[in-house]
Amino acid sequence: MGIFAKLFSSKEQRLKAQKYKLGMTKTRKTMATLKDVLTTSKRIDEALYDKLEEIFITADIGINTVVQFINELRSVVGKQKIEKPIDLENVIVDKMFDLYLKGEIIDTNIRFNKSGVTVLLFVGVNGTGKTTSIGKMAYKLKSEGKSVMLAAGDTFRAGAINQLKIWGERVGCQVIAKEEGSDPSSVIFDAIREAKKQNIDVLLCDTAGRLQNKVNLMKELDKINRTIKRELPNTIYESYLVIDATTGQNGLSQAKIFKESTEISGIVLTKLDGTAKGGIVLAIRNELGVPISFVGMGEKITDLDYFDIEDYIYGLFADFFE
Amino acid sequence: MAFENLTTRMQMALRRITGKAHLNENDIEEMMKEVRLSLLEADVNFRVVKEFTTEVKELAMGEKILKGLNPGQQVVKIVNDELVKLMGSEAVLIQFNETRPTVIMMVGLQGAGKTTTAGKLGNFLRKNHSKKPLLIAADIYRPAAIDQLITVGNQLDIPVFSMGTLVNPREIVKEGLKYANLEKHDLIIIDTAGRLHINEVLMDELIDIKKITKPDEILLTVDAMTGQDAVNVATAFNEALAITGCILTKLDGDTRGGAALSIRKVTGIPIKFAGTGEKLSEIELFHPERMASRILGMGDVLSLIEKATEEIDEAEAMSMMEKMMSGNFNFNDLLKQMKMIKRMGAFSGILKFLPGMSQLQNMDKVDDRQLVYVEAIIHSMTPAERKNPELLERSSSRRNRVAQGSGRSTTEVNRLIGMLDKQRQMMKRFQNMNPESMERMGQNAMGGMSQPATINKGKGKGKGGFRI
Repeated sequence: MGIFAKLFSSKEQRLKAQKYKLGMTKTRKTMATLKDVLTTSKRIDEALYDKLEEIFITADIGINTVVQFINELRSVVGKQKIEKPIDLENVIVDKMFDLYLKGEIIDTNIRFNKSGVTVLLFVGVNGTGKTTSIGKMAYKLKSEGKSVMLAAGDTFRAGAINQLKIWGERVGCQVIAKEEGSDPSSVIFDAIREAKKQNIDVLLCDTAGRLQNKVNLMKELDKINRTIKRELPNTIYESYLVIDATTGQNGLSQAKIFKESTEISGIVLTKLDGTAKGGIVLAIRNELGVPISFVGMGEKITDLDYFDIEDYIYGLFADFFE
Repeated sequence: MAFENLTTRMQMALRRITGKAHLNENDIEEMMKEVRLSLLEADVNFRVVKEFTTEVKELAMGEKILKGLNPGQQVVKIVNDELVKLMGSEAVLIQFNETRPTVIMMVGLQGAGKTTTAGKLGNFLRKNHSKKPLLIAADIYRPAAIDQLITVGNQLDIPVFSMGTLVNPREIVKEGLKYANLEKHDLIIIDTAGRLHINEVLMDELIDIKKITKPDEILLTVDAMTGQDAVNVATAFNEALAITGCILTKLDGDTRGGAALSIRKVTGIPIKFAGTGEKLSEIELFHPERMASRILGMGDVLSLIEKATEEIDEAEAMSMMEKMMSGNFNFNDLLKQMKMIKRMGAFSGILKFLPGMSQLQNMDKVDDRQLVYVEAIIHSMTPAERKNPELLERSSSRRNRVAQGSGRSTTEVNRLIGMLDKQRQMMKRFQNMNPESMERMGQNAMGGMSQPATINKGKGKGKGGFRI
């Protein structure tokens, strides 16, 4: 039994990971063939590697990362003289962990300031689910006993301010907003002042969706960051890049360019309850070092969780343990 | 990023077979490997890529070489032609109903851009087809979705029919149709809620709305950045609703939009419109032939190669090529390269053909000033820094100094350094390709050249026929 199988031999662990499995049920439809591939192949040959490549590419892991991954597999197979395809199972799972962990200890817990307000900034391209994620996050933090405030920094998209206000009502927290079209930095400026005044623990800032190749919009984001730094000097604030699980290779470009104007603490991977695998986040971690902090797996207010790489991989390979 | 890799690869692949009299199976095989990688990087579905390259390979093998094209160009042409054929060669219009108001139903996943696109489409059809549109707000689930549609409607001066969030969408569309008849609207666009294609309850809702409204068009809104899953989404929506067309949104990003090809190939559904910006006027008829070259990411490689051959001194280009391949490409070389480009004409048109340039290409509006900026940055470096880019990579105070000296931002300086680094890495990658194919490349490509002395087997040096 390999490391991974051991990891999930405990019932508690499996129960904890169940949610990922549920969320990714349809995901596994494709990945499930991994088991078939390994059990039906007679030997480890090019045809097998091709099939593995297909499985990983179909999960949107990205061509560069997949090629690298397959090469590493080859070298392990060579070194350890692995002959039976089924023995690849552990190697694949181990390597998948390595790919994500890169020998580091990843701590994606929110770094709360010891005193005063902690700002969480949400950025991303259009339609990834920033506002919804903020709503869910606000609920989560509030249930953890924190006082929460929202800043309606998306002053561009029609209806965005009202959307956030509705979330504010659902969660029961104050929303600082100005009229549509106003300067988002000024909204966030006001919100920080207000949060300080009311001794709020966490301020969640929404921003308008922006495609990363729009220079002016990225400059607007620079300004937002400057405002936060100026108003809250010497404090940590978290910036989350919200990425839709259906995103393909463009996710890399998103992470790369957003990273230039904002210090991204982590990714919020949304809509993982569909059939998309969100594998691009593995490529983002592998190529750009950005970890995944949270996952959104449903439409309910409670459907936002800390990302857990073990559970994620369990979700992908669960058929091995059933 | 994707663009540069593809263009470079295609050019590299091209280079190997340019100047040969005959194509053999190996050549085509090599080209197809590049095409395959390019398409995968563009998010074309794995299976679709497989089928496509197999088909093109067969075609290329049987094809006679046309006059005026060399074999390499011939293969590129076949790939491009097939892609265009697959995408459909002409824009497909909306089917208007002659006898009653035309009904269009917008469907798709969450965040694809249905609401914005509903408004854009109404505006487009009013302007170009003199329609009198009504928007129906049937998304009762997402908070403020109705507000959003009403705001869009106000901005465009298009009426919006809504009944709030407490009424069932089936009821809303029924009443909406009555209202449209009363007000003599001849175009009705229904904005439905975003939903996952595996959510049976919500998919049933769409099926019911379809039964009630008998739409002339059911348009699936798809985010151009969608990855491999596009096929699953389009197939599921198509099976449930028999989609009549797609709208590709957010195409103004830097995505290559391979999802368009996947959807087209797997479902046969035409892509009818493309969303190309945040303004409500930014929607266009979808032009398949333009998309083909975008997915391939090669623009007009053929004409560029011709142009480059005319304008650039061959010896100079060769030495530049060698320099690039050696992995010691530095800022002095970049400067030289840019001067060569300058001679070829407008920078912006040519930029995307150069390896490593996608960062600059991502600028909102690439103009020839960029070139001036890059020059200014390089000119602000010390001779040692120009020669040895690592100096800059290691020291932020050096980078800051260069930024100040050139009057550009540190980000821009960093971007330039990153770009050069990428270019170097990429060249190293080419160098590290397996020796066998390199040897073959060398020999093959040299066929039409008269400089065999420069062959340096396995090092990727001095292979002829590459002009840029």
